[in-house]
Amino acid sequence: MSTPFYVSPQQAMADRAEYARKGIARGRSLVVLQYADGIVFVGENPSRALHKFSEIYDRIGFAAAGKYNEYENLRIGGVRYADLRGYTYDRTDVTARGLANVYAQTLGTIFSSAAEKPYEVELVVAEVGETPEGDQIYRLPHDGSIVDEHGSVAVGGNAEQISSFLDQRHRDGMTLAEALKLAVQALSRDTNGSEREIPAERLEVAVLDRTRWQKRKFKRIVGNRLSRLLAGDSDAGEASETDGTDGAGPSGVEKTDPEAD
Amino acid sequence: MEANTRSTGRLPAAFLTPGSSSFMDFLSEHQPEILPGRRQLPPTQGVIEAPHGTTIVAVTFPGGVVLAGDRRATMGNVIAQRDIEKVFPADEYSAVGIAGTAGLAVEMVKLFQLELEHFEKVEGAQLSLEGKANRLSTMIRSNLGMAMQGLAVVPLFAGYDVDRDRGRIFSYDVTGGRSEETNYAATGSGSVFARGAMKKLFREDLTEEQATTLVVQALYDAADDDSATGGPDVARRIYPIVTVITEDGFRRLTEEESSEIARSILQRRLEQPDGPRAALL
Repeated sequence: MSTPFYVSPQQAMADRAEYARKGIARGRSLVVLQYADGIVFVGENPSRALHKFSEIYDRIGFAAAGKYNEYENLRIGGVRYADLRGYTYDRTDVTARGLANVYAQTLGTIFSSAAEKPYEVELVVAEVGETPEGDQIYRLPHDGSIVDEHGSVAVGGNAEQISSFLDQRHRDGMTLAEALKLAVQALSRDTNGSEREIPAERLEVAVLDRTRWQKRKFKRIVGNRLSRLLAGDSDAGEASETDGTDGAGPSGVEKTDPEAD
Repeated sequence: MEANTRSTGRLPAAFLTPGSSSFMDFLSEHQPEILPGRRQLPPTQGVIEAPHGTTIVAVTFPGGVVLAGDRRATMGNVIAQRDIEKVFPADEYSAVGIAGTAGLAVEMVKLFQLELEHFEKVEGAQLSLEGKANRLSTMIRSNLGMAMQGLAVVPLFAGYDVDRDRGRIFSYDVTGGRSEETNYAATGSGSVFARGAMKKLFREDLTEEQATTLVVQALYDAADDDSATGGPDVARRIYPIVTVITEDGFRRLTEEESSEIARSILQRRLEQPDGPRAALL
């Protein structure tokens, strides 16, 4: 009969953290930035079916790096949590802070439970306020902690380097086009410092736009509008919102955008 | 009661179970007691007094569909509410108008809206118009027990079918039976009179503006002959709710627009109280 080796709790936790971090680092990074009219999510994602960003509720968006099946599960859990809460109480009672807490508890319990493998995910939960001061961005690492972020945040493989790049250059009140360009610049930097080109088709971009008149503020930016914004046309953001062709109805439901294909 | 009050504060297993995109399915697994259809009424004698909403009308026109409702809720012979709203957007391309027990109906609409929104967020795509109509059917059927005690909910569902590029109307009965209506439909106590009016006024080539006028004419006729349907109330500035669904999505006419239509109809009815006359042959 073999005697089990003694592993100190510190070592066990360090091993689990290492395992989770490695898993997250394999995924591509993504960034979340505040701009004048809201919050923009930008990431490199070759797939158009498997989203990294999505809508949780009226003013709340979700971003995740790491293992798809794990964060997809958490995303659906979050949508269920938000919808149930809004149904039981009121739509205004669903907050990013509440959701971030539930996510943190979930990730934390899984991380410290020896029976489960730690989730290899890092989440961002963002809520757009009536004014830029009301914006909230929470980063949720794999171990169940919550980091309250301001201005800009990066998660995923190359997060630290991208974060410091963004911290130096991000400022309050940027336009959507400026914020988007900064995000793409940050994402294009490789670990070894060299830069590479990320074509528009490989970018996934979404916004929580406080100027939308619909109650659901989340919107994906795709196709021509994305190209126009990347080309530096600062009007592209507002123009297509007022012409009513790519906006959503009063319920804020996203329309199948003809520009998407 | 909800997620974060349970033991560890983490999301309960039901929240993280993959599979269903339906909020109602999730509720029936996780918290069946809050689903409206699961409630059991104790046996009661006679009819339960609760406000009832009345007439809803819908008409299609090339390019879309118009759904409208009057503003009255009655309880027996009493007017329970003068300004009740009975037409709601279900999602971007559809709307639902409710007749029957107002309290239950409003809750049903709230759950229906959430069901569509939930599906869309989870799946990243909208349900087809048929799919939406079928979900509503299921919800009405689950209310059958209540309906048999006099608390029926009978909605009218209208939407723009983006796959077929036209407006469509679905009507329901208390058992959840669903039928697609061509051209026009009405539900509620004044529906008989409204349908008569629409039958005579409907044409295939209505414009959006004509269609909105038509539904207000029909509601006027319903209010004329049915005590439970309210006509335009000029003194209190309460006008019918008129909604239009086209390729561009759902739009509710502003109060100015609907008052404009109602006032011009009233003006004409001062000369011709029975409204426009159709040709005899």
